[in-house]
Amino acid sequence: MVSGLNGNAANVGSSGQPRIGVLALQGDFAEHIHMLSLIGVNAVEVRKVQQLSEIDGLIIPGGESTTIVKLLGMFGFVDDLRSHVESGMALWGTCAGMIVIARELADAYPTPLNIIDIGVARNYFGRQVDSFESELEIEGVEGDPMRAVFIRAPIVQNTGNGVEILASIPAKADGTPEQSVAVKSGRVLATSFHPELTEDTRLHSLFVELAEEARTDAIRRDHLHLTEETPSTV
Amino acid sequence: MATTPVSTSNGAGAQRWKEMSKPEVGDWRVKGGLAQMLKGGVIMDVVTPDQAKIAEDAGAVSVMALERVPSDIRRDGGVARMSDPDLISGIIDAVSIPVMAKARIGHFVEAQILEALGVDYCDESEVLTPADIAYHIDKWQYKMPYVCGARNIGEALRRIGEGAAMIRTKGEAGTGDIVHAVTHARQILGDIRKLQQLPTEELMTAARDFQAPYELVVEVHRTGKLPVVNFAAGGIATPADAALLMQIGVEGVFVGSGIFKSDNPAKMADAIVRATTHYNDPDMLAEISRGLGDAMPGIEASKIPEDEQLQTRGW
Repeated sequence: MVSGLNGNAANVGSSGQPRIGVLALQGDFAEHIHMLSLIGVNAVEVRKVQQLSEIDGLIIPGGESTTIVKLLGMFGFVDDLRSHVESGMALWGTCAGMIVIARELADAYPTPLNIIDIGVARNYFGRQVDSFESELEIEGVEGDPMRAVFIRAPIVQNTGNGVEILASIPAKADGTPEQSVAVKSGRVLATSFHPELTEDTRLHSLFVELAEEARTDAIRRDHLHLTEETPSTV
Repeated sequence: MATTPVSTSNGAGAQRWKEMSKPEVGDWRVKGGLAQMLKGGVIMDVVTPDQAKIAEDAGAVSVMALERVPSDIRRDGGVARMSDPDLISGIIDAVSIPVMAKARIGHFVEAQILEALGVDYCDESEVLTPADIAYHIDKWQYKMPYVCGARNIGEALRRIGEGAAMIRTKGEAGTGDIVHAVTHARQILGDIRKLQQLPTEELMTAARDFQAPYELVVEVHRTGKLPVVNFAAGGIATPADAALLMQIGVEGVFVGSGIFKSDNPAKMADAIVRATTHYNDPDMLAEISRGLGDAMPGIEASKIPEDEQLQTRGW
């Protein structure tokens, strides 16, 4: 039933390839779609709220967080996005995307969507001239550290129950404390940096696994729903 | 350096070009990366902190801090220079989105001052009176990234060769007439398509004809795109103008005089932001274009004598 909606149904296994969308209201969505194509996933650009029902995972890309928050509100995404995540859709915010889905922001503007229980500080490292790259060890990513690109990047200042910290920038000798830059809660992932600006697809693969889980769950739920419903309708 | 992973989105060629020219200040991926984040967005000219706030509230991805918008610069005449640092700092303090500011072509000291002020992107701009008729700024020397205007692929690749991390069409600023932005966007995109088709033995001659760095010509031939982000600027005055340029193939737009010289700036700003997202959806564009009041008063660009055109400044 669900797999019938899947354009890639022909080349997938039993539960079907997860359907991944990248929010394409503003920002570097094309780069995420390119990264997913490198691991064989054919992602779609999401511009309309109805498309959320046709995907198992959504990436909110880098961009300008005030702009993305405003466009999400303007085009009626806010409630539906929340309810899809509540019913199991995987979600990943990179940089601006992390800000958009946070519980609260240090500078109170814009108003984030409160989808993951984290407090975030925007532009934490300063202005563009303070942007940088660094090597980062990430929980759940095997092998060498990832090259992380931080552009006017935010950090996670506090986390609620059930939020796992996957990566931190270590404390510095000048007294700068350790900063959390990648977190996960259920199937919701948030990163301060931009894996889509590198050629390292490991985090994208990790996200595809979360979307696969979401897809398997949805199929099982639909199946249960069908088997429960069927007798009563006969 | 050779082991640094190569950026796909920002152009492997640009990365290699950077490695060849060995600039150690400011990282290419970090500089070009900010421009990637602006894609699908609108960058608005503002002359006060209040206007900057209106632009941010309307969903601008960045603001350009100026003393006068291009149509006023055109009207007033005289020498147009970098804005007062107080004005730029006031705008930086007023908003959380990135702030751009203009330096005169070749005026590398204005650029140094802008970098010291913490400006996020410098526009080495033909809208200001050029300081140097022969040489543009050596943009590799800065941590602050640059955007530069171009009318064709040769001009675009020369600026990228000098270190520009973002290109925009020149158009004809301050006119509200879209015709030159369209011409320049079509020229650049057409030149790219032409380079893509050429057999490799013709690329050196193409580099000579375009007066462009050979390595970048080869890169465009291989990838079919500029190694940096490509926006439109110069004469955009309505949501339909923005959508036109997006459909032609640019990645975002600058709106100069078009917003704060219109009847209702907040509404016009909001509409142009929406139109840049849904540029491919005529039903949406029809809705967005309703009830905006008058766009900025325009000047027909073809009535401007050639020696008064801004686009011929720089080379």
